[in-house]
Amino acid sequence: MEIIDILFTASFWAAAIRISSPLIFATLGELICERAGVLNLGIEGIMVAGAFAGWMAVYSGTGLWAGVCVAMLVGMLFGLLHSTLTVPFGLSQHVVGLGVTLLATSSTYYAYRLALPEVTSPPKIEAFQPYEIPILSDIPLLGPALFSQTPLTYLAFILVAVVGVVLYRTPLGLAVRAAGENPATVVAQGLSVTAIRMGSVMVGSGLMAVGGAFLTMSAFDSFFFEMVNGRGWICIALVVFGTWRPGKALLGAVLFAAFDALQIRVQQTSLGTHIPYQIFLMMPFILSIFALILMSRRAEVPAALMVPFNKGER
Amino acid sequence: MRLEPIKNPTLVRKLVPPAIALISTVVIASFLAMVAGANPFSVIGLILKGSFGSQFAILETLNRATPLIFTGLAVAVAFRAKFWNIGAEAQLYAGALMTVLLGTGVFPWPSFAILPLIIVASILAGAVVLLVPALLKIRFGVDEVVTTLLFNFIFLLFISMLLEGVLKDPMGMGWPKSARIIPEAKLPRIVDGLRLHWGFGLAVFSAICIWIIQNRRTLGYEMRAVGLNRDAAAFAGIPVNVVIVKTALLSGGLAALAGFSEVAGLKGSLTLDLSPGFGYTGIIVAMLALLNPLGVIVAALFVAGIFVGADSMSRAADVPTYLADIMLATALLLMVLAIMLTRFRVVRD
Repeated sequence: MEIIDILFTASFWAAAIRISSPLIFATLGELICERAGVLNLGIEGIMVAGAFAGWMAVYSGTGLWAGVCVAMLVGMLFGLLHSTLTVPFGLSQHVVGLGVTLLATSSTYYAYRLALPEVTSPPKIEAFQPYEIPILSDIPLLGPALFSQTPLTYLAFILVAVVGVVLYRTPLGLAVRAAGENPATVVAQGLSVTAIRMGSVMVGSGLMAVGGAFLTMSAFDSFFFEMVNGRGWICIALVVFGTWRPGKALLGAVLFAAFDALQIRVQQTSLGTHIPYQIFLMMPFILSIFALILMSRRAEVPAALMVPFNKGER
Repeated sequence: MRLEPIKNPTLVRKLVPPAIALISTVVIASFLAMVAGANPFSVIGLILKGSFGSQFAILETLNRATPLIFTGLAVAVAFRAKFWNIGAEAQLYAGALMTVLLGTGVFPWPSFAILPLIIVASILAGAVVLLVPALLKIRFGVDEVVTTLLFNFIFLLFISMLLEGVLKDPMGMGWPKSARIIPEAKLPRIVDGLRLHWGFGLAVFSAICIWIIQNRRTLGYEMRAVGLNRDAAAFAGIPVNVVIVKTALLSGGLAALAGFSEVAGLKGSLTLDLSPGFGYTGIIVAMLALLNPLGVIVAALFVAGIFVGADSMSRAADVPTYLADIMLATALLLMVLAIMLTRFRVVRD
């Protein structure tokens, strides 16, 4: 069986880890927002903006890491807009989120057209290159899959641990979780629910933008319209699938990416050529829906998600 | 800061925030046009001229508003019951698909029956497409925001598969495009010689029907109750799940009519670029209309005007057309804020 063979190649798992990286950044970002009680539907547009901002910064001469910072800052700006409208003003998180996605996407495309009016194919940048971790990268199968990735992928995996520790082992994390579960206890602690929620949305949006930047600065070396192509919405499903926990979200993202890497390879086998390619492209979205159905019974939704705090009827 | 409800808002209170929102949108758009190298004071004039400045422009705007009225109504109906249908795009294509399936003359129906049958079939197709997320929500508690969004991608790929497979027009020179519908399946023009089809009439008629349902029928009352407070509605004996399913069927059917009217009234065949995001823009239309069905007509004309006007402004002033989308996103965000400020006062703690 060709499909079984694929599963035992290092290049397959290397691709899975690579594909999972932007999803990990953005899923962590969404998870932080939702843990604090704010659904951020701006994710899709913020990823587009991050992808463009990071790439454009590097194209105009900054270093790669400076480009990542620029992407993060742009993401945080959109996070500030989102959280200003949804937290102190308590506006509908659905409507504001979709509005932010539209604003981020359209202003990105506008900026692209202004910055590069003449080009037919977008210019390439010198993207992040794989860095082989000494010794570890020599392990058979695991080495090339896990330890020959680009620095941004390592950062994604490190961030999962960091977010996990901060959320569950620090007073700050406790405050964030309380803001999403029972905001009244945050007030009892003498803290501001508004500040915690706005901060969480800004940090989360920054991570979403870095997830987008991974696409233009690590996975590819150029910016295309439609390149985010629904990844943001899939990340929202991954947060549910991971029951709002960073570790499980990571697992979900890698599983999802492995499936995605598999379908790309199956497309090229003799079996794949008989099936319309659209069926393969549908798979990630269908898989996400099944994941949602599967986890729906076990979901531990933050109790105060989408509930504006202390602002009466809206 | 804190928000305090205003008991009896004055007329000034009701009008000033929305007016400021609108003016701010214009100022931001003019500024962005200036960044692009255009004269900031000419942009809005060019947009107005391009959208309402001539008979041709007005007809173009009305045509563009037609699908937006349908998708706007679809969203307004669903959002009223707090059923977050973000999948109007998929339902639109379901209607369009039904129109080409039945409209290309494969069935020997009498010509007077073709259009009514296609309309009914389109509505059913859109309703079924939205029924799946509605049932997933009721049965498994799966959030419909995510499922309807994901369905948009799935359904568009499905259409793409059909257009490159069984539905592909053999005369289409290799383009992924369906065969053309027969003349009997076309929506006639409202006035001979003017490029405006009866899809617009159907859209206005639908808006009136929805207004009647919402304000004069039990279903409308139930939908509103479910939207305001699901638990209270259930406590009052309203079958919440049944109301959600009915809402979904109605919403999906309305969105499908957008696809029907685009194919039967304007394009004549199905392509993958039939809708430049009419489903998503419907959300903006519905929100600007405050979910009021008759307001949807006005909001759709406003939004269509911006799109059509921005197209011609873009050619005249060499500003990217994406300015239209920025204007709409800005208008949406500022308007929801402004509407809230007509009813609440910001107080310092």
